Amino acid sequence: MVMLSGIYGLLSASFFVVMDAVDVAFTEASVGAGISTLLMLTTITMVGRQEETERHKPILALVTVFITGALLVYGTLDMPYFGSKEAPANLHVAPHFINDSMKEVGVPNMVTAVLASYRGFDTFGEVAVIFTAGVGVLALLSVVRRPEDDAEIEAVNDSMHQQHLILRVLIKILIPFIFLFAFYVQFHGDYGPGGGFQAGVIFAAAIILYAMLFGLSTARRVINQSLIQFLSAAGVLVYGCVGLVSILSGGNFLDYNVLLSDPISGQHLGILLIELGVGITVASVMILIFFNFAGRKDGRPNDYCNQVNNSDINIETRGSK
Amino acid sequence: MILGLYNYWVVVVLMMIGLYIVIAHGNLIKKIVGLNIFQTSVFILYISIAKVEGGTAPILIDGVIQYSNPLPHVLILTAIVVGIATTALGLALTVRIKEAYGSIEEDEIQAKDNKEC
Amino acid sequence: MDIVINIGSSVCLLLGSFLCLTGGVGILRFPDFYTRMHAAGVSDTLAAGLILAGLMLQIPDGIVVLKLMMILLMTLFINPAASHALAQAAMRNGHMPVLKKNENIEGVEQSNP
Repeated sequence: MVMLSGIYGLLSASFFVVMDAVDVAFTEASVGAGISTLLMLTTITMVGRQEETERHKPILALVTVFITGALLVYGTLDMPYFGSKEAPANLHVAPHFINDSMKEVGVPNMVTAVLASYRGFDTFGEVAVIFTAGVGVLALLSVVRRPEDDAEIEAVNDSMHQQHLILRVLIKILIPFIFLFAFYVQFHGDYGPGGGFQAGVIFAAAIILYAMLFGLSTARRVINQSLIQFLSAAGVLVYGCVGLVSILSGGNFLDYNVLLSDPISGQHLGILLIELGVGITVASVMILIFFNFAGRKDGRPNDYCNQVNNSDINIETRGSK
Repeated sequence: MILGLYNYWVVVVLMMIGLYIVIAHGNLIKKIVGLNIFQTSVFILYISIAKVEGGTAPILIDGVIQYSNPLPHVLILTAIVVGIATTALGLALTVRIKEAYGSIEEDEIQAKDNKEC
Repeated sequence: MDIVINIGSSVCLLLGSFLCLTGGVGILRFPDFYTRMHAAGVSDTLAAGLILAGLMLQIPDGIVVLKLMMILLMTLFINPAASHALAQAAMRNGHMPVLKKNENIEGVEQSNP
């Protein structure tokens, strides 16, 4: 079922390509078909694969769903036809974006221009949401690591090296190219499909690949946990600082025209800096989420009635063993 | 013709499938998958509104006159990323619920809640 | 010359699509996990290669051919590695191949994840 949802994400990404939304297709393919499937598989590892009891009363749900569906179809009878040029969505603000974005922002990719410059506030809120999700996962799932883990994991690692030899060699060759591609998508987002989100996800995917093949503790030694936590906050900070510098230079918050002497260069610099902030935050939050999910394998199910201070008891009993 | 509205009907069908999964299944992970399907159907709605007949992708190239509307693309880009953040948090909650209650079926969790300790 | 390139690219694209289809049929109809993965891995990699070659012939422009060549290289690296990883994981978890028709190695059921 999880695999089917991954296939569904990939199919919807191809829908988006057919409907000319290349940036959205890129994001949906990398996020929906990649990271989402990975997180669900990690959860299912911890939670159990085959839980199925009797669904009670599907008739009521079916009736509700049919009535709602019929009402919605009745509501769409007034909407404009698929692809019409006179639809209200295409009449008010969109011609202004299409006609004037080259003059005012100077970036060929209109979606990046709108995302980063015309609607920079929304993107700021979005980066804050990603950061909050990372903080939430940290609050729910973080595990205190014991130092005597390391020696025992070394032994496991060496014995596993022989079994995974082909994959390890191959991944060591491929990971630099994946990083290169992530940087290309990040900095080329002004001229083609791409931008901060997609680049952050691809970067995180390379690190997750490394962690999956070489073991979590090796990956934790390569990528310092506190550095990742610092970086996830630093991205949001860079974004906010660009806005503050705009205010200090005499314009509004996130007004890039005042960042440099020439407005168009100011726009370019502003877009570059905030895409960098977005990419850093997205990459570090995805890495953080994966490490916390994968590092949680030794949580024990507890009896609900005896639940006094469960997480503390877990950590203490493990530490005193 | 009425048939020009078929994209909205596809969206409504997908939305209702997602809604049915959320309502009728008891397993928490299936509910999260249903929520995912619902979200993707809303994305398809917006992107299909953005498409203009004869337009191409909204990247400025010489020689192209008609572009598709870039504004809904921006909104959906934000929405996709927020969706993955929500899914990640939901899955983290599921893991903790499994540790606390011992199961991820809705009925068993409610039974354990109602049982007087 | 143009006509030759066009015909060559159409032949490549058609062959690639046909191979994709047969790979799909193979996934559905083969009896065992390992044979299915053989169908998926081998025929899909060759099909992706042929489709990319057909696309390269369609637009013989410099930078596009270079990008498509890099995609082809990555596909040729990654697809077999993924099939290998899947087969190794299945073997390590105890899923044995079916050797004769209607006869199983003991302890494993025939229907597959």
